[in-house]
Amino acid sequence: MKLPRSISRMDAVALAMLGALTLAVIIVPMVSHQNPLAIGDVLALRLLPPWSRDVHGNFHLLGTDRFGRDLFVRMMLAGRVSLAVGLAGSLLASGVGTVVGAVSAWVGGVVDATLMAIGDALLALPRLVLLLVCAALWRPGLATVVAVLIATGWMGVARLVRAELLGVKAQPFVDAATSLGASSSRVLWRHALPNALGPAIVATTLGVGNAILLESGLSFLGLGIQPPQPSWGNMIAGGRDLIVAAPWVAIAPGLALIATVLACTLLGDALRDRLAGEQGSTLRDRA
Amino acid sequence: MHPPAVLRRLAGALLLLWLVLTITFALIRLAPGDPAVFLVPPSATPAEVARLRTELGLDQSVAVQYARWGRGMLRGDLGESFSLRQPVVTALAQALPVSLGLGGMSLILTFLIGVPIGMIQAIRRGRPLDHALTVATTVVYAAPSFWLALALVAVFTYGAAAWGLPPWLRLPAFAMRSPGAELHGWAAALDLARHAILPVTILTAVGAAGIARYSRSSIADVLSRDFVRTAHAKGAAPVRVYFRHVLATVLPALVVLFALSLPGLVAGSIFVEAVFAWPGMGRLMVNAIVARDYPLVMGAASIYAALVLLANLAGDIALPLVDPRRRA
Repeated sequence: MKLPRSISRMDAVALAMLGALTLAVIIVPMVSHQNPLAIGDVLALRLLPPWSRDVHGNFHLLGTDRFGRDLFVRMMLAGRVSLAVGLAGSLLASGVGTVVGAVSAWVGGVVDATLMAIGDALLALPRLVLLLVCAALWRPGLATVVAVLIATGWMGVARLVRAELLGVKAQPFVDAATSLGASSSRVLWRHALPNALGPAIVATTLGVGNAILLESGLSFLGLGIQPPQPSWGNMIAGGRDLIVAAPWVAIAPGLALIATVLACTLLGDALRDRLAGEQGSTLRDRA
Repeated sequence: MHPPAVLRRLAGALLLLWLVLTITFALIRLAPGDPAVFLVPPSATPAEVARLRTELGLDQSVAVQYARWGRGMLRGDLGESFSLRQPVVTALAQALPVSLGLGGMSLILTFLIGVPIGMIQAIRRGRPLDHALTVATTVVYAAPSFWLALALVAVFTYGAAAWGLPPWLRLPAFAMRSPGAELHGWAAALDLARHAILPVTILTAVGAAGIARYSRSSIADVLSRDFVRTAHAKGAAPVRVYFRHVLATVLPALVVLFALSLPGLVAGSIFVEAVFAWPGMGRLMVNAIVARDYPLVMGAASIYAALVLLANLAGDIALPLVDPRRRA
């Protein structure tokens, strides 16, 4: 299918957005002389509106929160968490899923049946519910969120990889590699798997935005990243009772979240059109 | 699907249900934290905690507890909630209708709104209207529901009051009913409906954005097929082409998607329930997990898993009904 020009323009925009955001979340907290975690002169500094200067002459692009901390710097710091969690959560879940799917398709038999039964069983709970149950296992925090995203996110990719591999397995080049004397595992990792990864790559890209949304949801419910470490989700939760008095506290991190997930979705869409043609549904369990 | 096939599927579904509940049982018991400690006042002595543990059956081995839970499940007895001090069934019976009502209402609206938007986009593909709708649906799809919920509360609850908008535009943001009001009959229904507008709008908006994105791509795909060009060429009215030929082609996939979407919507209402303080399944589940209320966690998980498996089954059964090619 020929792509309309606007699509490729859109993924250029998405890439630029993600690039700018990544740079900003890395650089801004480094160069800022404002400490986004320390609570100072609360009464004088709290809830300053965006684009204002405080009594010490410091400029606050997006204003300050209820403890007088600079929102922009906090948001960028939170962006590090969100991007890291999104990337790590999605990539590692897909890694686990790829290995499970590959082993399942290649070994077959009881191993295949067992692995797929476990996957199907975990898919029998909505991901959000499974996420909540798993989140109770460890102390809330960054590592827990990533672990939980992996534990609840590998099944889809495992199924995709398994289905693709079963198709690839029947193709002549696999027989050719085998008859040339390549070992079974070499045929799998070097010949078959690289030809079966297209759908998994698309799912992983779309999964990044999804993982960021789920992280923000968990943090909003108080089960994810814990204050004082900022995350977009817990910043929105912190601005919840201020939506009238100081709406910017909740609006700013929400917009950052939307922009990031939007960019990831556009990128995933573009990749899907290119790599996989008609590939599954783009719908997800969402926050 | 033939009756024997349905039975086989049902047996498989029950097996999966048992497997996922066993996994949940293991997970929640692996989680650190003693339910008894959450239940006693901070001043309680270790002896009192120990007595409560015995009373709740927590002093026995996990294997014994699992066997007891399994026996109860087979008899249809979900046990008694630790934290609510009432049968799990009673707690679920109060919470499930709330979430099912929210989810079901939103599901219907999601498809009634999402599919036409996707169809319009596919028909006007590449035009300004398509671009505008693509931007709108993709942005809403990327937004977290709890943030959208807060935004609507800011506008329609606080904003509407501050800007002096007419009373019917000032929507309540918290709980299912007006507190303290003794309403009956139509007045009570109207009150509930007013409280439901914001939560249902949020769930519908995020759902419809996803369905519109899906419909756009699948309908655009069908529109480029030869039989559509033939239908146009032989002079069929556009309305007839779109409904009789195009929609009929994508309908089976949409019907299956409709069935499969319900569990996700019910689970997704966790955030909306948290923002609007609705006493549904989401709040029940979160509170049960935090309090390590084992029987309640297992009960809620059973409901969610049963919903997913029933939805899968409904999709399988519905497919041949809407798609003649799937009939044996």
